[in-house]
Amino acid sequence: MSSNIYEGSVPVSVLKDTDVYRHTIAVLVDNEAGVLARVVGLFSGRGYNIESLTVSVVDEDAQLSRINLVTSGTRQIVEQIKAQLGRLVPVHTIKDLTDEGPSVGRELALVKVDGTGEVRVEALRIGDIFRCNVVDSAPDSFVFEVVGTSEKIDAFIGLMKPLGLVEVSRTGVAAIARGAGGMVDDALPKPKATPKRKKATKKVAKKASPKRKSAAKKAPTSSKKKR
Amino acid sequence: MPRDTIDGRQMLGARIILKALEEQGVEVVFGYPGGAVLPIYDEIFKQNRIRHILVRHEQGAVHAAEGYARSTGKVGVVLVTSGPGATNAVTGLTDALMDSIPVVCLTGQVPTHLIGNDAFQEADTIGITRPCTKHNYLVKDPNDLAKTIHEAFYVARSGRPGPVVVDLPKDVVMEKGAYATAPRGIKRQQHKTYRPAHTPDPASINAVVDLMVNAERPLFYTGGGVINAGPGASKTLTDLVKDTGFPITSTLMGLGAYPASGPKWLGMVGMHGTYESNMAMHGCDVMINIGARFDDRVTGNLKYFSPGSKKIHVDIDQSSINKNVIVDIPVVGDAGVALKAIFKAWKARTTRPKAKAMKAWWADIERWKAKDCLSYTQTGSVIKPQYAIQRLFELTKKRDTFITTEVGQHQMWAAQFCRFDKPNHWLTSGGLGTMGYGLPAAIGAQIGNPKGLVVDVAGEASILMNIQELSTAVQYRLPVKVFIINNQYMGMVRQWQELLHGGRYAESYTDSLPDFVKLAEAYGMTGLRVQDPAKVDDTIKEMMAIDGPVIVDVCVDQKENCYPMIPSGAAHNHMLLGPEDEGEQKITGAGMALV
Repeated sequence: MSSNIYEGSVPVSVLKDTDVYRHTIAVLVDNEAGVLARVVGLFSGRGYNIESLTVSVVDEDAQLSRINLVTSGTRQIVEQIKAQLGRLVPVHTIKDLTDEGPSVGRELALVKVDGTGEVRVEALRIGDIFRCNVVDSAPDSFVFEVVGTSEKIDAFIGLMKPLGLVEVSRTGVAAIARGAGGMVDDALPKPKATPKRKKATKKVAKKASPKRKSAAKKAPTSSKKKR
Repeated sequence: MPRDTIDGRQMLGARIILKALEEQGVEVVFGYPGGAVLPIYDEIFKQNRIRHILVRHEQGAVHAAEGYARSTGKVGVVLVTSGPGATNAVTGLTDALMDSIPVVCLTGQVPTHLIGNDAFQEADTIGITRPCTKHNYLVKDPNDLAKTIHEAFYVARSGRPGPVVVDLPKDVVMEKGAYATAPRGIKRQQHKTYRPAHTPDPASINAVVDLMVNAERPLFYTGGGVINAGPGASKTLTDLVKDTGFPITSTLMGLGAYPASGPKWLGMVGMHGTYESNMAMHGCDVMINIGARFDDRVTGNLKYFSPGSKKIHVDIDQSSINKNVIVDIPVVGDAGVALKAIFKAWKARTTRPKAKAMKAWWADIERWKAKDCLSYTQTGSVIKPQYAIQRLFELTKKRDTFITTEVGQHQMWAAQFCRFDKPNHWLTSGGLGTMGYGLPAAIGAQIGNPKGLVVDVAGEASILMNIQELSTAVQYRLPVKVFIINNQYMGMVRQWQELLHGGRYAESYTDSLPDFVKLAEAYGMTGLRVQDPAKVDDTIKEMMAIDGPVIVDVCVDQKENCYPMIPSGAAHNHMLLGPEDEGEQKITGAGMALV
């Protein structure tokens, strides 16, 4: 990935912030063997956190994969992670969805709950509140399919615990920026070299945390649309 | 044959490999044959454009390629077999990664249908070398061979240079495929995804010069990035230092970029750097870091690192910036291009730092210099290691001398006492600290510079780690000189045991050392020994007069320690200048945990 931005716009005071933030980062990479290992190896080798990671081919001719990762660290670490990802040869584009404007993130979970009688009815009732689909039903169990933000899924799983929760399978977060315009593949020839990135780095200075909170609050309302 | 006529032509995989290397301008390959690479060796046998240097261990091949690359500015090339051939190369690859040396390493691999079957001499080379290379490739189709090799060279030399592995299954090498010529002209630099920044943002250059013209206590702190940017970058740096009148210090890797005989030179910075440069690092108000990476050997304790300075960091690798030290002005780009831009912007300005402030700053520096931190006394009948190295430097400085080192006390003394006036003449393992680097690196440097005088300043422990390469030196009549500073201890280990572990010298004394003179003779080279300080000069002259490889066994003071030193966990302004300081500053607590 080419990166020739003057990063003086990330102020020292922001980089020196020792608070830990959660960031969702989208990475476009060549769809070839070993790319995921490079990314994961980078995180483990340098001791960065991975809270969630999803990968899938995203273009028609299967040349490009998108990795969505959720990581947490201080601003300095998060900037390091992005710079380190940028050094990997098969990486096309990196986008910090947390920094670069509002975004939506969704996860799908399959949640198995065993039980009969009153607890079974209660589980079904809560499933309904969370707009779950029941994808498997047996006389003494349900498998719920729940879609939403990680927080929503955490909440659902929390509620299922006393109601006979036996197994959880989660996909990890898929995330995308809100509003018009897609993620640009930096490997493609650019129509015009506009210094667009500068604006994005200025936003960094304003700090992302309040924005993130509001994004999280908004999240559950739009979950049904996605289904 | 014109290049275009071979584009698309069908040929054997092994032939494609040789053709691609040729097209990349490769003159020498350092390697060791084995089952998986036999077809490639067969092609090497059939041609005479590319010279193959047979090493005695694959680690030696990579270090030799590193020595060749650092001393010539070209990409070093290595060819090793599968399994143990590849795993033996890992230390060298890691070394090249840490020190940003461009190396392309071709590794043999078992045939594609056997990959994953635990075949004979199979190793997951791609998996093993992923974290110790800049990038690596497994070629599964002979039609991809040429393109992949061209790309490997591009990745190895572009941006921050580094090692690249190309893994070559035997069946791919034995089948026929279409050749592809290397991209030329502007396409040469147009990789699909890997396009590292080259030209820095003008806004950042302006910000740099803003700080420079208003500085009161400025300091240049340069590193290997200046050397990697080519001799032009060193020239610009020298001009810029002259024009600004700012003092300059350098990391271990950057020695020679600014001439040590220059008037603004403060000596090396860091753990065993000079007192004046470390004090200047601590006390400066504007630090201009060009192509160095705030390594922990340089910064010491980050908490106390240069507390009062605005920091500028020029680096071609964005991930080096704000990694260890948060800087005020980051500049992403090639050191040479950035230096030129800074020089131009500096000349365009009319404001200059206040003369009075600069005078006071230089007065501080002169005061620190007056401590004469590298002083030692050569008395009595025992050779001081510093004396031996200083005499080596004085007697060889008129020749085109390349100094390589192993790792330890002798390495630090060589860095302190060999005063380099040119880049690319100092080859040492900085980042990884690989014992056994020096001899093979000297071999590589000698191959690349047949007329140069190449001296490996070694320790008696380090040299044993790749001693087998003496055989390589003899085979190719390479007149490398191995100058062993022999104190019978792993000196740096012993020094740390003395400072940190109550002088309990666990396993740092080497018993049963070989007789190095006899060893030299056994390999078919000349061995010399010197024990008398009065005979050091004559021995060095004798060594230089011999037209062939020589080992000089310099028997030195066993107890000498390397000073000055910033103890672990301390700040730059708390250096130990000599053994008499040790008592005052006991290293305790967190400092002990640092390496």
